[in-house]
Amino acid sequence: MSETQTPVEEMSFEQAMAELERAVDQLERGDVALDDSIALYERGAALKKRCEDELKRAEEKVAAITLDASGTPTGTQPLDAG
Amino acid sequence: MSDLIDDPAPGQNAPEFTVSEISGEVKRTLESTFGRIRVRGEVGRVFKARSGHLYYDVKDDRSVLACTTWKGQVAGLSVVPEEGLEVVVTGRLTAFGAQSKYNMNVEEVAVAGQGALMALLEKRKKQLEAEGLFAPERKKPLPYLPQIIGVVTSPSGAVIRDILHRLRDRFPRKVLVWPVAVQGSNCAPEVARAIEGFNRLTPGGALPRPDLIIVARGGGSIEDLWGFNEESVARAAAASDIPLISAVGHETDTTLIDFVSDRRAPTPTAAAELAVPVRLDLLAWSENQGARLARAAGQAVQQRRQRLNDLSRALPRPETLLETPRQRLDQASDGLPRALTSVVQRRRVQLSEASAALRPSTLRQLVEGRKDRLRNLSSRLTLRPIQQDMQRQKERIAQLGQRLDAVQRQRLERQRQQLSAAGRQLEILSYKATLARGYAVVRAGDMVVTTRSAAQQAGPLQIEFSDGRLDLGAALAPAAAMGAADPKPKSKPRTKPKTGLDEGGQGSLF
Repeated sequence: MSETQTPVEEMSFEQAMAELERAVDQLERGDVALDDSIALYERGAALKKRCEDELKRAEEKVAAITLDASGTPTGTQPLDAG
Repeated sequence: MSDLIDDPAPGQNAPEFTVSEISGEVKRTLESTFGRIRVRGEVGRVFKARSGHLYYDVKDDRSVLACTTWKGQVAGLSVVPEEGLEVVVTGRLTAFGAQSKYNMNVEEVAVAGQGALMALLEKRKKQLEAEGLFAPERKKPLPYLPQIIGVVTSPSGAVIRDILHRLRDRFPRKVLVWPVAVQGSNCAPEVARAIEGFNRLTPGGALPRPDLIIVARGGGSIEDLWGFNEESVARAAAASDIPLISAVGHETDTTLIDFVSDRRAPTPTAAAELAVPVRLDLLAWSENQGARLARAAGQAVQQRRQRLNDLSRALPRPETLLETPRQRLDQASDGLPRALTSVVQRRRVQLSEASAALRPSTLRQLVEGRKDRLRNLSSRLTLRPIQQDMQRQKERIAQLGQRLDAVQRQRLERQRQQLSAAGRQLEILSYKATLARGYAVVRAGDMVVTTRSAAQQAGPLQIEFSDGRLDLGAALAPAAAMGAADPKPKSKPRTKPKTGLDEGGQGSLF
């Protein structure tokens, strides 16, 4: 079981993915104590949700940075690149 | 004419100039005559003044032209002059009146020819490589799924369209475009500033900081792409904390930024592919992992339940556990008193058996018995057997004595007969009988004399006849004649026990 136990919400997609993979492997190997396996399952489910959320939030938002005369960014404006 | 000059005279009409006037005249003439010109040469010594102005020489094998670029003009140069660089400078000739020197004010510097450009690029590459900026260990890994992608490119054109299009196909993300000029003299400074600007943004700020930067430009000539070969761009890319993908030009075009970027993409589209994974694949993967997770967890419980069932079936009932011991206990406790009494009983019998024998009468009987035996034995202890034995021995001795006598007598008798037989035999065989027939034996002492010579030499002779001996000469010692007549009596004495064994002995006078 993951000793680090980073809160799932703080994990990057990649971290969540890697840990979910480990959790599934461990459970499938069946060498986890029952208590731990339940905890592991719960964590795995949370990780999967995190991954799915991340995948669902596949929003596209394209903006171009606006610059002032000296080249410093001042804000964004929608970019229509066609 | 020379005469005129040689021969100066006051009031001549040649105008007189002051030094400032003539230098001003020369300056005007220079500027108006030549206007805007292009000069080709190799950059010599370069000096950048504290004021920001740039002073340098452009030379060929014979001459040197002093050049200046004012501070405000330096930013506009597409190539900053470097010593040894073959360039074409564009600007105006002018004079610096205070010292009567002329120079060229340069507005634009261009590298002269592709060979020179490549040589310059090669030189920069060597320098940056020597600094270790190309080292593989400097390269940062790209995030697997970046949240925000910063793109440094032209906001209009095919490149940003291609990138956005490919991102949309794979995994739509937030994209921040930092607009820059992708060619010309503004390209390098703008690109460098854009990379630095993205790095300066704070995560989660009003302008969110991207976690991946793509620097992209479409294909073009080496001059078009030159901005990405500038050292300032390469250094900005190397210094970027945000992982950076470079995608400049086509696959065959390699620019300086490609060596320092964390990944090089052959095209802008490929950069988008490197930037994000395919969402649908991930969704499928996630579904699959979820299913495996649920199945594995269910199986874990199921397997344990199964095992529990198996084990509990194998577990014996508690009653049966106790049955056997209890039975044994019953048996044992049942037998316990019986065993005790029987032990006591057995011991008692043993005791009575032992004690029964243990009485005074027993001892007495024993003593009596021994006494009887003693009496019996002592009664048998008499002298009679010895006397009888002695009697028997005495009789035997007497018998043996008789037998000895008889034997001895018989023996003696037998020997006497033998002796007389032998005597007779002897008589028959003896020379004496011969004597009776008229022969005589002559002796000298003990020796028999058989020859005349012997008789002559001998002493007194003795002649034996059948009726006796006659000494010649001395005619004495008839006794000696008697002794000599019997030589045999030497073996006369005979012991009795030997008689039966020694037949060889001649009997004598016995």
